[in-house]
Amino acid sequence: MAETDPTIDTSQIKPRSRLYRMWDSDIAYSFRTSPVAMLAGLVSVIIIAAAVLAPWLAPYNPYDPGQLNLMDGFTPPMEPNQFTGNVYWLGADNQGRDVFSTILYGARISLFVGFMAVLFAMTLGITLGLIAGWRGGWLDSLLMRVADVQLSFPSILIALLIFGVARGFIPPAYRETMAIWVLIVAIGLSDWVQYARVVRGATMVEKSKEYVQAARVIGSHPVKILVRHILPNVMGPVLVIATIGLALAIIAEATLSFLGVGVPPTQPSLGTLIRIGQGFLFSGEWWILLFPSVTLLALALSVNLLGDWLRDALNPRLR
Amino acid sequence: MSFMTKTGTLRTALMAGVATAAMAFTSVPTDAETLRWARVGDALTLDPHSQNEGPTHTLNHHIYETLVGRAVDGTLTPRLATDWYIHDEDDTVWVFEIREGVTFHEGQELTAHDVVFSLDRARTPPSGMAALHAAVEEVTAVDDYTVHVRLAGPAPLYVQNLTNTFVMSREWAEEHGTETAPNFAAGEEAYSVRNTNGTGPYMLVEREAEERTVLRVFEGHWDDAPQVTEIIYTPISEAATRVSALLSGEVDIVQDVPVQDIARLEQTDGVSVVRGPENRNIFFSYDMTSETLASTNVDDNPFAHPEIREAMALALDRDAIRQVVMRGESQPSAAPLPPFVNGWTEEMHAYDAPDIERASELVSGIYPNGFSVDLHCPNDRYLNDEAICQALVGMLGRIGMNVNLVSQTRSLHFPLIENWETDFYLLGWGVPTFDSQYVFDFLVHTREGAYGAFNGTRYSNAELDAMIQSLATETDLEARDATIAAIWDQVMEDRIFLNVHNQMLAYAMRDGINLDVHPENQPRMTSVTFD
Amino acid sequence: MIAFIIRRLLQSLIVMLAVALVSFSLFRFVGDPIASMVGQEATLAEREALRQQLGLNDPFVMQFLGFIGRAIQGDFGISYRLQQPVMELILSRLPATLELALISGFFAFVFGVAFGVYTALNRRGWLSNSIMTLSLIGVSLPTFLIGVLLIWVFAVELQWLPSFGRGETVWIGDWWRTGLLTHSGRVSLILPAITLGLYQMTLIMRLVRAEMLEVLRADYIKFARARGLSNRAVNFGHALKNTMVPVITITGLQLGSIIAFAIITETVFQWPGVGALFIRSVQFVDVPVMAAYLMLIALIFVVINLIVDLLYYVVDPRLRVDRASARH
Repeated sequence: MAETDPTIDTSQIKPRSRLYRMWDSDIAYSFRTSPVAMLAGLVSVIIIAAAVLAPWLAPYNPYDPGQLNLMDGFTPPMEPNQFTGNVYWLGADNQGRDVFSTILYGARISLFVGFMAVLFAMTLGITLGLIAGWRGGWLDSLLMRVADVQLSFPSILIALLIFGVARGFIPPAYRETMAIWVLIVAIGLSDWVQYARVVRGATMVEKSKEYVQAARVIGSHPVKILVRHILPNVMGPVLVIATIGLALAIIAEATLSFLGVGVPPTQPSLGTLIRIGQGFLFSGEWWILLFPSVTLLALALSVNLLGDWLRDALNPRLR
Repeated sequence: MSFMTKTGTLRTALMAGVATAAMAFTSVPTDAETLRWARVGDALTLDPHSQNEGPTHTLNHHIYETLVGRAVDGTLTPRLATDWYIHDEDDTVWVFEIREGVTFHEGQELTAHDVVFSLDRARTPPSGMAALHAAVEEVTAVDDYTVHVRLAGPAPLYVQNLTNTFVMSREWAEEHGTETAPNFAAGEEAYSVRNTNGTGPYMLVEREAEERTVLRVFEGHWDDAPQVTEIIYTPISEAATRVSALLSGEVDIVQDVPVQDIARLEQTDGVSVVRGPENRNIFFSYDMTSETLASTNVDDNPFAHPEIREAMALALDRDAIRQVVMRGESQPSAAPLPPFVNGWTEEMHAYDAPDIERASELVSGIYPNGFSVDLHCPNDRYLNDEAICQALVGMLGRIGMNVNLVSQTRSLHFPLIENWETDFYLLGWGVPTFDSQYVFDFLVHTREGAYGAFNGTRYSNAELDAMIQSLATETDLEARDATIAAIWDQVMEDRIFLNVHNQMLAYAMRDGINLDVHPENQPRMTSVTFD
Repeated sequence: MIAFIIRRLLQSLIVMLAVALVSFSLFRFVGDPIASMVGQEATLAEREALRQQLGLNDPFVMQFLGFIGRAIQGDFGISYRLQQPVMELILSRLPATLELALISGFFAFVFGVAFGVYTALNRRGWLSNSIMTLSLIGVSLPTFLIGVLLIWVFAVELQWLPSFGRGETVWIGDWWRTGLLTHSGRVSLILPAITLGLYQMTLIMRLVRAEMLEVLRADYIKFARARGLSNRAVNFGHALKNTMVPVITITGLQLGSIIAFAIITETVFQWPGVGALFIRSVQFVDVPVMAAYLMLIALIFVVINLIVDLLYYVVDPRLRVDRASARH
């Protein structure tokens, strides 16, 4: 017993303790001493939690058309509707949907699309960037030319392509659920090049440095060198792109909605809500535009600020 | 600089000083006779016969002229033809007496030969107008000012097809090699796309497609000189930008006003809004014929059941759509026909109040668990098209129909109807001939040959088809109207269309400008007057 | 060096071909051009005839080879929508987009670098933090909303600036119509340029800041300070210079995306450039214009990439060795 226990302990605790040390000593301290980071973190957590818990928090389900009453349309915030007498905290939109509930459900979709798109773009971009920068030669040329082709296409066209292809392949019954995945791929695919270019550039620079040359001479496996030595060195710029990238992905979804592609209007995202609300800028129904915009602004801003802080905190040389 | 005081949207004197300094250069000076006109899209071409499309015709009506015109009340008016009638001895021939003393912008004299040339050009592919002249067999000039149009059979309403067929100079067209309408496949730009020589009240001065078109009054025009002497036409595709341009005084007239902005514009000092019914109905339709549907979760075709069609009619709350989606700017109706079109009746127009309970019973009587189906909708074609579809999805949701909305751009939407790839769709239909036959030909008749191109219902009724075909050649107008009424009875009974409303038009303009709404959304700046 | 350029040019040619292939194969998903081209009265037979005439029924390979064959001769056909030669349409719209993109790109770069350097050097100042936070607001709202809000405030409420269009333009030679030489042209540029450049400015600024912070802590900077060089010499002579590699990469790439992203700005402001032309063409399924536009964007990207790689070469001598070794 006494002989086996320590082995189990070390294998489990060692990584945990490293994590623990990281969180406890450096990051958490930095977080505690940065009011901006704490505020941004708080706002992010609130919005993300509210979005995740939308089905339980929201007073209505705006995605269930059977629950809607068109006559509730354009009900101002906190005022009873002139026909139905219904009252909504943040008012109702042009279809009689409760704006508050719609924002919660919309944020859920937007956040999901944003996180997944960034994850997709980052994984693809970093992998290809490392390979291109490390291997160089024809593989580098090929990948970078692919990147050129990719960049030549405005994201709207990539989205149109993916939507078009998806229309052909996906059976009608699944289309509604697939629309989100199509968006994720469309946005992620139009974003990976940035990561790849930066990682590649940095890899090329790092590769010629002495410590990497030394590691190669010792015979370290290239993957190990890339992950252990080069990747940490490029994480600074990658994080800058990724933090802006998350907000950007959420906004890209809004832009695609503006151009007429995106989630179905019966299940609006935050971006779709803004696109719809934008039409009422001059007509006096300010709440349809204002509340979703403020939510998006708060979310994107706090995620970005959090990213700023995280970058500084993660970089040992900046401490 | 007088533009600020004219718009009247002025804030404070201080601001005005700054604003005038900045804006002095950004707006074209407006003396009383220049009119800055904005709408959503540009004319596609200036060729008079290439495209049968509203904005193209609207602009071309200022440069070119037709034999007969359409007044704002929908009646025909003399234009290049002073008189028109069916030939006394041969009821297959229409006679047109051509106006004398008319000259083209480049000085050529208008004669019957130009009219013959133009009608021939318009009815020959690749002209976009050919379908309207499909029944024409021969066009001849009897003398310099009389034209005979011979048709395949008696065609009492043929003249109604002529309101957008422009007359151009034969000499000019031959000189510039544009004897036929431009051919897309030829790979060369036709001279007539960017150059014009019409008889109309305005001459083309400058054109940058989708940016700016400038027209100046034609001194040699046969009619009274219009008050507007210069037109600056600028398409602005974004609704918010278009309204802003009017509010900031950068344009004088906005033709396509979003319904939600009408109230605000009316309340704005210095801006007024005119509205009127458009010759266009918005309705839903469905495949009521096929055995099964691609997009439904039940084994048969729900729309084939008259009860389901009735239930949908009972679930549709037209007044709510008018009130909320259209902001009061529509004419709800059960008939897919604008009131000023021949064949329209009060009875067709009347619609039942919604009865959700009864509708739910009808649905659950056949499908106890309800059913689901896809609804296809354009999102950039009609006023608030997507919002109308969304509203219907909610209404049908309450009677046990789970409708999955697919809204997309027009170039994806309309082929679905054309290729029978949709089970349930939204369509808008205008009636340029102002006669019911046009609706029947395209939407009701079995799809074959020239008939039924937009019949997405797959509806096919041999008896009705025969009646529809008889309309084209029936010269006894009373008997013809009776046939139209009989066809409508059947169409309404079978519930081929789930009509929502007749669309309304609104034009917003600077105070002091007077312009009436044109039912075909083709306003003429010649009719503009200034206070 | 010359071998390098030739190699890159050959690669660029392949890129262009790939773009043509990909874009051509996706047009079939954008919609059916015939539906937009004919009036509602056209019969099914007439539609089919037009489809046949335009070669839309030909096998894909035939259509593609035909397109490439004509494109090599500079012939991109006639726009389905506006009936004008595509090449001429695009060339007449290009100056508007380039002026907008270059002006907004220039300001994005100047302000981005200036703010980035400032915020890096004064990392804890309140002004730095304000700049950092405010710049984020610009990227936290969709471009179309920023554009519409700017129009609302500056055109409708304040009436200081025009809401749409390019103002008065002046011809320079036969091919270039500029708005920069008239007052109305210049004021018309302000709102679209801000809308378009805001995101790029923030990105450049944050990148410059991040790179500066890294470099300022590098050993050679510490040595430079130890050697007694002035702050100014260290900050700008060494630190800024060394942050420039990634900044040039990103800025170069951004110039291309500015042109691509001008689509939204041009739509909102009715700016008569190629982006607005493209989006209208997508709605109309104007295949010839879409194809030519994508080729043009590809060409711009290829050229920018080439320049960026050459600059890399000049700025960072270590890469030369790499290039040389990569050739084996």
